Amino acid sequence: MKKLILTTTALALSASMAFAGGHGKTVRMGTEGAYPPYNFINDKGEVDGFERELGDELCKRAQLTCEWVTNEWDSIIPNLVSGNYDTIIAGMSITAERDEVIDFTQNYTQPDPSAYLAKSADVDLAGGVLAAQTGTIQAAFVAQQGWTLLEFATPEETVAAVRNGEADALLADKSFLKPIAEEDAELMLLAREELIGGGVGMGLRESDGELRAKFDAAIQSMKDDGTLNALIVKWEIGETF
Amino acid sequence: MACYLSTPKHMAFYWSFGTVLVLLAITAPLALVFGFGGATAARAQLAPVRWFGKAYIAVVRGVPDIAFFLFFVIALDQGFEYLRHQVFCPDWDQPIRQGNDFLVCPAAKLPLSTSPQVWHEIYGFFLAVLTFAIVFGAFAANVLFGAMRAVPQPQLETAAAYGMTPRQTFWRILVPQMWVYALPGLGNLWMVLIKATPLLFLLGVEDIVYWARELGGTKTARFTDYPHGDWRMWYFGALLLFYLAFTKLSEMVFDRVMLRLTRGQATLAGEAQRKAAA
Repeated sequence: MKKLILTTTALALSASMAFAGGHGKTVRMGTEGAYPPYNFINDKGEVDGFERELGDELCKRAQLTCEWVTNEWDSIIPNLVSGNYDTIIAGMSITAERDEVIDFTQNYTQPDPSAYLAKSADVDLAGGVLAAQTGTIQAAFVAQQGWTLLEFATPEETVAAVRNGEADALLADKSFLKPIAEEDAELMLLAREELIGGGVGMGLRESDGELRAKFDAAIQSMKDDGTLNALIVKWEIGETF
Repeated sequence: MACYLSTPKHMAFYWSFGTVLVLLAITAPLALVFGFGGATAARAQLAPVRWFGKAYIAVVRGVPDIAFFLFFVIALDQGFEYLRHQVFCPDWDQPIRQGNDFLVCPAAKLPLSTSPQVWHEIYGFFLAVLTFAIVFGAFAANVLFGAMRAVPQPQLETAAAYGMTPRQTFWRILVPQMWVYALPGLGNLWMVLIKATPLLFLLGVEDIVYWARELGGTKTARFTDYPHGDWRMWYFGALLLFYLAFTKLSEMVFDRVMLRLTRGQATLAGEAQRKAAA
């Protein structure tokens, strides 16, 4: 047992020593990995989705080495500012509130309308229970309306809540809900949509202006040559630019 | 089905069982060491050491686990990085705290942002072990403190009468006899520790509960070769069986250890053993 402890300590120490001399910047990309088509974990156990492809291309254009990291949505901003990774690329809409804490690049999706997923078309939104993921623009919107809000830590749980009747409807990005509604005959999207949020951007530390400028330029170049639009069409992320 | 159960993602799920077992294997003895240190400190003659021991037990036991895990780990991580920052970058002129951001020089990052992901995971795991050991060490300290006081006083007085020094009395008389009183409490702690391992995910370590939730979640055909509905019930069911089997096994082991420890002890169970043999 003693040996085991020693080995771990030695491992941890050598981890910090072995690489102490290394140079060259690796950018760690933080994502949630639970929000298809933006980002999810594929069958191979790797991060996949629209933002994976986008992020890899951006890193290539900005000539950065990038590494993907997953983190709970709840603590995704605190872990960015304390430096556990360098960017948030997780379908995060640009809002004034978040902008006070972190910085955003320019948006890489058009503002995606938020849609309601429900079991029947005649749900009473004001009188019913609405599910949304904690800390999202949708949760803030529902709370603002003064409707009954039921918050969950993951997108998956919000869908489950509608399925089992715990919530009457849920509010989330339309591109996330569309494939779910198409595959499940019981669920449907309501005709009503909400235009909230200013498009999705990459989040960075406020002190990281240089990195932000690099990614901003890379996003701009992808917008200019149409590759971004191609990705948006491929993954069905709302309107193109 | 066999194909589905052997996707690389499922392999990660199976590996995470190993992660949990390794965590337990390292944390339990480490927590015991912390506990032993805490209990010894709390009994110390020297007042500051005693205060430290008592404060450790009282404070850590009083703070909710989840608050401890969320706050303490980030603080610990930042503390390490701050120290390294002082050592490696003495001539860094920018403030470390800029608004919300915590910025140390790149060489002080732990692990370095250039190191491969696996080191980040090992480091996270190491933080998890340390945090678990500190939390459970406080509980163990309380148990051991009580157990040390439960050893009959005449035993210690006899030792003194035989001319043993306090140190000899402690190691030769007190410590060997206290385990029998400590074991039920420690057994309880072990059970709680087993069940507390899902807190790992709060620390960024991908444990069995994370993978069960991820694998069990609804998968639409566009994003996977194996679309399925909400299967979390089955995955969590498997975890339930795992935890039940594991705790049952632990109970059996504890029963055997207890049997061994009570032999020749001045307790009811020890007396019963003596009579049965005679």
